[in-house]
Amino acid sequence: MSAINLTINETEIEVAPGTTILEAARKLGIDIPTFCYDPELSTNGACRICVVEVEKARTLVASCVAPAGSGMVVYTESERVINARRAILTLLVANHPLDCITCEKTGECKLQDYCYRYGIADSDFGGEVKELPDDDTNAFFVRDMNKCILCGICVGKCQEVIGAGAIDFTKRGFIANVGPAFEDAIEDSTCVFCGLCIDSCPVGALTPKYSLGRGRPWQVEKTRSVCPYCSIGCNVNLHVKDNEVVGVSPVEINPVNRGHLCVKGKFGWDYLKSGDRLTRPLVKSNGAFVEVSWEEALGLVTASIDEVKSRYGSDAIMGLCSPKVTNEESYLFQKLIRSLGTNNVDSYTRHCHAPAVDGMMEAFGSAAMTNSIKELSGAEAIFVIDADPAESHPIISYRAREAVRKGGKLIVAASEPIGLTDLAHLYLPLKEGSAVALVNAMANIIIEENLHDQAFIERRTEGFSAFKSAVAKHNVQYAAEITGIGENELRSAARTYAGAGKAAIISTVSTDYSAAGGGLVLALANLALLTGNLGKESSGLYLPYGENNLQGVSDMGVLPSVLSGYQSVKEKSVRAKFSRSWKTEISEKPGLSVAEIFEQDKNSAVKAMYILDENPVSCFGGEDSETVRFLGSLDFLVVQDIFMTETAALADVILPAAAFAEQEGTYTNTERRVQLAHQAVSPPGEAFPGWAIIAELAGWLGFEWSYEGPGDVFDEMALLTSQYAGISYDRLDVQSLQWPCPSKEHPGTAFLHEGRFSRGLGLFSVVDHVQAAELEERPTSECAVAHHACQCQSESMSKRSVIDNFTRTCGR
Amino acid sequence: MSIAIETEEAVTEEIDLSKVDALIEPYIGKKEMIIPALQKVQDHFGYLPRSAVEQVSKRMRTPLSRLYGVATFYAQFKMKPRGRYIIRVCKGTACHIQGSPKIAERIEDILGLESGETTDDLRFTLEEVACIGACALAPVIMINDDPHGRLTPDKIKDILDSYQ
Repeated sequence: MSAINLTINETEIEVAPGTTILEAARKLGIDIPTFCYDPELSTNGACRICVVEVEKARTLVASCVAPAGSGMVVYTESERVINARRAILTLLVANHPLDCITCEKTGECKLQDYCYRYGIADSDFGGEVKELPDDDTNAFFVRDMNKCILCGICVGKCQEVIGAGAIDFTKRGFIANVGPAFEDAIEDSTCVFCGLCIDSCPVGALTPKYSLGRGRPWQVEKTRSVCPYCSIGCNVNLHVKDNEVVGVSPVEINPVNRGHLCVKGKFGWDYLKSGDRLTRPLVKSNGAFVEVSWEEALGLVTASIDEVKSRYGSDAIMGLCSPKVTNEESYLFQKLIRSLGTNNVDSYTRHCHAPAVDGMMEAFGSAAMTNSIKELSGAEAIFVIDADPAESHPIISYRAREAVRKGGKLIVAASEPIGLTDLAHLYLPLKEGSAVALVNAMANIIIEENLHDQAFIERRTEGFSAFKSAVAKHNVQYAAEITGIGENELRSAARTYAGAGKAAIISTVSTDYSAAGGGLVLALANLALLTGNLGKESSGLYLPYGENNLQGVSDMGVLPSVLSGYQSVKEKSVRAKFSRSWKTEISEKPGLSVAEIFEQDKNSAVKAMYILDENPVSCFGGEDSETVRFLGSLDFLVVQDIFMTETAALADVILPAAAFAEQEGTYTNTERRVQLAHQAVSPPGEAFPGWAIIAELAGWLGFEWSYEGPGDVFDEMALLTSQYAGISYDRLDVQSLQWPCPSKEHPGTAFLHEGRFSRGLGLFSVVDHVQAAELEERPTSECAVAHHACQCQSESMSKRSVIDNFTRTCGR
Repeated sequence: MSIAIETEEAVTEEIDLSKVDALIEPYIGKKEMIIPALQKVQDHFGYLPRSAVEQVSKRMRTPLSRLYGVATFYAQFKMKPRGRYIIRVCKGTACHIQGSPKIAERIEDILGLESGETTDDLRFTLEEVACIGACALAPVIMINDDPHGRLTPDKIKDILDSYQ
């Protein structure tokens, strides 16, 4: 089809067929007012404020729905148009509380702006006005539906984008309203408190409680940062007034969350102002903590570490790092521990996510998530198994919904209905613990019906024939018995997945560190290899991590056997490279792991620990546990944190650190995207950014480090780490980048394994269904929307935040 | 003024959700069919009990808010229990001239309710309709499917008494 030429306000423009008049006008920079239009929602052309005059058309047309036509002559601000808009505004204002003096929306209210633009001060239409009571029963926001203009944006966002389906239009005529079913309070509805309705409301009907009376829109400064909760790494604007965060909004244009958030990002930051924040260094004296100067605290840490080192040797020292700290902080942490002569440095990364990490390493040679979050919306089929992304990683569920809106097929296999079930074309309510059998049966059907990608298998994989004969026993009868899913559904699932040009798999087995998870990851890898759904856009395996910087902390070398970029300490050339840069010798002996320390009783050699923002007492055992006894038996324990935790309480020295909003630094999200967060406010009291504390301590310990800021730390790391080599703060300030990014010109890598797997060929594995009873009992980690992953750092944040209310009210 | 049954327990007890499943079975997986599904449920219960709508929501995988939105948009759907007998008082022009306001007033007096309400014993529900197309019988009412025409207020009591 040929392009369309039209004239808008006497300027000619050429647009693609299907472009609306509104879109064409916006391309010309012409501002047509809109209320009910939102580019990511289905349009209904209901509010009429966007009407324009089209020559030879009988009536004014709604530009948001009217397609541009060839030869059209459009006027967006003619007298007729202005009169129509004035009439609409006058009608809206007739039933709108004009309390703009106190309304929180003043200054960014569309109704106010358009009334200003068209000179509407009040309304000549007398008559009834709505007198609805506020709904402020929930902990998060106030709904004043008297201000609602019924544009329906919030309904569309809640139903289409988020999928919560908490609100819809109710009733009709004058009493029409927007709200939950049966006039319930929002708190009693299916609302997930993502805040998208608040962020998209054009008027002041919805106001977050934290913003009430906390400053006008023009009084707050917005600083760009990254949400500190899950591994998606949503881009947020921190609203700052008087050195205090008073609000959060999603960054509209970015490849990660694109204007969307969940309850954690929207509401979960108020812990920053918690009275529990650590503000001065503390030293334990006669069983109680006393506040001391930084000099005294660091002096004591230095003396104690030196003593343990000279008495027991370097391997008596161990560092434990949280997966929440910045790349810079974690890089310096492992550098410090290794500079002390030991590789005893670890985080819970491998431990909590062992199934995903091990499975992906085995099959593909890289543990990182294969594809990007934004690509998910382009998938033609999505297979969700043993996951509830609406709970664990809401942005992933929003993208899956988007894929369905674009025509993609959704298969959901879960033992209980999940947040995406409502949308699924195929819902497979499988018996608990039978996921591997289901996936194997699908693979078998795909082979049986010749739906597999023979060329891909031959060219890019190995181990197919062994795999083929192994899954042959997973015929539909066998699988139906184990999974409870009938033959028709099994075949339909297999055909849908294999039939799509681009099919993606979502599973959160990575946050379920049970033994069954490992088998499932391999089975899913088989399925993707079998159908060639790897190494291309909108396909692959989405096994998102838990904590926000789990990827980055691993990349930085906070692992006992590898340095940054997964370079092995056993390799002489690697050690030589790092030794040259660090001006220190690096031990070739792999260090102790978290599991060895806390689960396998191999900790007797460790006499001193440095724990960074981590709470092993809460993660491993609680009050009267082996963990507490071990930590209590140490000669010396130093904990660096933002809060007094159960673990910090056992420390000899506590160092107060800055939280995410209080420092500059980078984080790497679960799709390997390196993102720069800026400092919005100063840390409380004498707290300092973690990287600066470590750098300072290194000086006390006799190492000559010199960093002007976190950017210098990043540059040093990038020089030593090929995946990050082309990334710098200058580049990140403009846009985030996904590693591998080997050079300054490289645009970053959206998806892995294109043309070649990290291990060469993709490896098929033989995985059998294992009866639940035969599985080793291991705890599965909590993965609820308001908390995340293990009850470690996230919990110490969320339990001091209003979002703690959400877990309670929803009973999740 | 009568208040329609509000005792949740009493209402809940009557709701046999297995019946709901059977009623909406033909519409499962067809989200565009929520109106016929709600009609079936209403045909069965006489109105849309909350627990039944919740069951429809679950089975049809459609948000409760959407079902409620649809149900409260259309006048045909009733959210409260209705009487065994639905009295429709014609408020068309011919009936109005022939005295329908007085007819309505008398019914309201006898039953103690206003238009749109239901008696406590669930015997009658009173509604006003625009025109039932029987102007020759004005003023006219219908009780379920029976028309009663050429009414005077004094005839009302006997007519109502005949519906037990």
